Amino acid sequence: MYDFSQLTQAIHLFLVQHLNSSSVAIVELVLVGLLFLTMYAILGLTLVYMERKVCAFIQNRLGPNRVGPLGLLQTVADLIKLLFKELLMVKKADKFLFNLAPFIVVIASMMTIGALPFAKGFQAIDLNIGLFYIISITSLGVLGILLAGWSSNSKYSLLGALRSGAQIISYELSVSLSLLSIIMFTGSMQLSVIVESQANGWWIFKGHIPVFISFLIFLIASTAETNRGPFDIAEAESELTAGFHTEYSGIKFAFFFLAEYMNMFLSAALAATVFLGGWMPFHVSGFEGLNQVMDFIPPIVWFFGKTFTLIYVIMLFKWTFPRLRVDQLLTLEWKYLLPINLVNTIVIAFVVVMGWYF
Amino acid sequence: MTGKVNKREILVEQNDEYIINMGPQHPSTHGVLRFELSLKGETVQRVVPHCGYIHRGIEKMCEANTYRQIIHLTDRMDYLSAHMNNEALSLCVEKALEIEIPQRAKIIRTILAELSRIGSHQLWWAAFGMDMGALTTFFYGMRDREMILDIFEETCGSRLLHSYICPGGLMHDVHPDFVPRIKEFITYFRNKLPEYDRLLSGNVIFTTRSKGIGKLSYEQAINYGVTGPSGRGSGFSCDVRIHQPYSAYDLVEVNEQLRTEGDVYSRYMLRIDEMWESMRIIEQLIELLPEDGFTAKMKPVLKLPAGSYYQRVETARGELGIYLISDNEKSPARLKFRSPNFSNLFVMDLLSKGHKIADLVAISGSLDLVIPDIDR
Amino acid sequence: MNGLLNYLKEIGAGIKTLLTGMRVTSGYFFSPKEIVTQKYPENRDTLKMFDRFKGELEMPHTAENTHTCTGCGICENVCPNGSIQILTHKKENEEGKLVKQLHTHIYHLSMCTFCGLCVKNCPSDAIVFNQSFEHAVFDRQKLTKVLNKPGSILKKEAKGL
Repeated sequence: MYDFSQLTQAIHLFLVQHLNSSSVAIVELVLVGLLFLTMYAILGLTLVYMERKVCAFIQNRLGPNRVGPLGLLQTVADLIKLLFKELLMVKKADKFLFNLAPFIVVIASMMTIGALPFAKGFQAIDLNIGLFYIISITSLGVLGILLAGWSSNSKYSLLGALRSGAQIISYELSVSLSLLSIIMFTGSMQLSVIVESQANGWWIFKGHIPVFISFLIFLIASTAETNRGPFDIAEAESELTAGFHTEYSGIKFAFFFLAEYMNMFLSAALAATVFLGGWMPFHVSGFEGLNQVMDFIPPIVWFFGKTFTLIYVIMLFKWTFPRLRVDQLLTLEWKYLLPINLVNTIVIAFVVVMGWYF
Repeated sequence: MTGKVNKREILVEQNDEYIINMGPQHPSTHGVLRFELSLKGETVQRVVPHCGYIHRGIEKMCEANTYRQIIHLTDRMDYLSAHMNNEALSLCVEKALEIEIPQRAKIIRTILAELSRIGSHQLWWAAFGMDMGALTTFFYGMRDREMILDIFEETCGSRLLHSYICPGGLMHDVHPDFVPRIKEFITYFRNKLPEYDRLLSGNVIFTTRSKGIGKLSYEQAINYGVTGPSGRGSGFSCDVRIHQPYSAYDLVEVNEQLRTEGDVYSRYMLRIDEMWESMRIIEQLIELLPEDGFTAKMKPVLKLPAGSYYQRVETARGELGIYLISDNEKSPARLKFRSPNFSNLFVMDLLSKGHKIADLVAISGSLDLVIPDIDR
Repeated sequence: MNGLLNYLKEIGAGIKTLLTGMRVTSGYFFSPKEIVTQKYPENRDTLKMFDRFKGELEMPHTAENTHTCTGCGICENVCPNGSIQILTHKKENEEGKLVKQLHTHIYHLSMCTFCGLCVKNCPSDAIVFNQSFEHAVFDRQKLTKVLNKPGSILKKEAKGL
């Protein structure tokens, strides 16, 4: 009913009529790039505002309420402030790497957003190895963090960066293993195929207990991978002041900040896509009336609804739990999440082979 | 006589040591304390606390002020137990002058002291959660402390630095709303305190981070003079309220809270237990409150007879001792504060050796240090 | 086998404690009535400090611009950090005698620690604390105040002190 491909096709045909083929490609690339950059910025600002409001309500506060109605312009004001701030340089820091690091982090988070299916036909590039691509690109972010910590010439930064390295390398295993369960069900890594396969029910319902376990593990592990919540040992405010980005100021700090929020959005969106059906409405096979009512809600609302619900859960983690210690973090991964995940993968293989799912 | 100078080298820094200065500006030292840490990877090898960043010379200033003026200086040592500090000096002066103050003043002093103990522990809980990374605890603790501060503000006129207890009794009688407000607070807080347990004490991340960390044995607690909740967490029975009852503590039943594990968790739970106990003490005292008499008849100028006097009280952090030498003048010849935080601070090295940086933060949080009291 | 059971039990108990914590925080998230924030500049009209609040020192005057201060200087003496200065002069009273009287009562708000000794020790109850708490000014000079300037606030009813 709501298909974005009709719109994109129309734009494509319009461009083909007026321009030659090579300029069509360039114009389309620029259009897509601009669209996604704008979306990236707006999503970042929304998430910062949302986090501040969510934590305020959890803590019996009002949160931002001075700039604009309900404080909606607060994040814009913050952004303007960060743009105008002086970019401090640390003495004896490695200048090139110091400046490079925030860009690596931001680019890594920006590159993944293109592969996400926001709605039917609303996807920059539908790779046939979509999941694999996203997993591999997100792990580039840790390079930026390590570089930031190393090049800052600060002891706190270095400690934070090393912690982050150990953390992300181990939690990546759990993230990819839990995604593997859905790959086994669908037999494809293409995100659009995974979404289509949930037309008659989301995987979390179709795959019942084993998928629910891998969903939980994915939620925990991806929270850890984005350096958030109870796993924020890389910045650990009360221990390392600000960890790897202690020495950054102004817009370079904002890049780290933005990348953290976008990574959170990404992991929530990925969980929504893979386990909760992405933009696919809530369907129960056999109840046609219900299915039609659900189809009436636009897929983009479904997608963002699911994503923001998961983001709320991730934020709730952060504002409820104490931070884990670095060795406990690794214990959690290697002694709990990974063994459970491995057993779970075998169970899922059984379930798939025997056809014990809906 | 010939002297001989030996060349002596003190290695400040070994080759494989990674020295980090934690403080004087650091989120988890709660003030201007500086820890010099020597690390090996994440593991702490040595902690050297450096204090003196907020030294204001209060002891020396006391020698130039009259006894009534000193009261407002004692507020500024351990600002979270200002009432107890005022009480300590007032008791010391009264002891020297051999004055008996009215029963009502005694009981009100004790109620205020217990209220500030609860308030101090609430703030500690709030900040300790922050140290552990649970950021929400800070606001819950502060929210509940607000009610205590309102009681103080209504009666004493200020929220933190009260200067309300003075030699001879109290500055003025309590506000008529004092007792109803306290009753309201106790019913409110009895409902809220279990929430603290649900949010933090029971949390599996918190318990794994705090159990078995920073063990202080019974002997070490006595050797280092660690008093207050930190000492009682190791089983060191050091509650002045029981061993040397002052003010109205001999009128009521006070149960000393003791735990024997001596780790961060036992110090944490001990403070939660103390909040329950303080509420119980306040409830008993409210029943005993007589009608009138908030101050004894005092001379306009206080001159203590020559001699030395010692008085100790139990503040929220431990035993505060006041040693006063008088030479029959308007101001003391020498006044020495035995502050609990100073003794408690120096077990940091002992406790955090071999633990991670994150544990160091938890340990320093569990000792509940107030930096202005260390330096005075 | 027993080890495995314990392992699973441990995980279950751990998750249960985490969920209890999350129930507390999400409970507050969904009950906006519990919000305790005060919107400060907007609630200026309703924000009332307690009667005993030690805001700043002032000298209540009657409608005829008289006050009860005799210039005895007790408050100056009793102040721990010298934030009060009393200047006196000799003046004729109704009977034609020269009497020491108050000329200026200078109060340094910037040095005051609000210990309340001056108000408590004043023999003629001439000074009180008012409830103002917005002390911020752009000029440090403004923090040095003269309390006995004519047209000060009219004497209020006796406070609950």
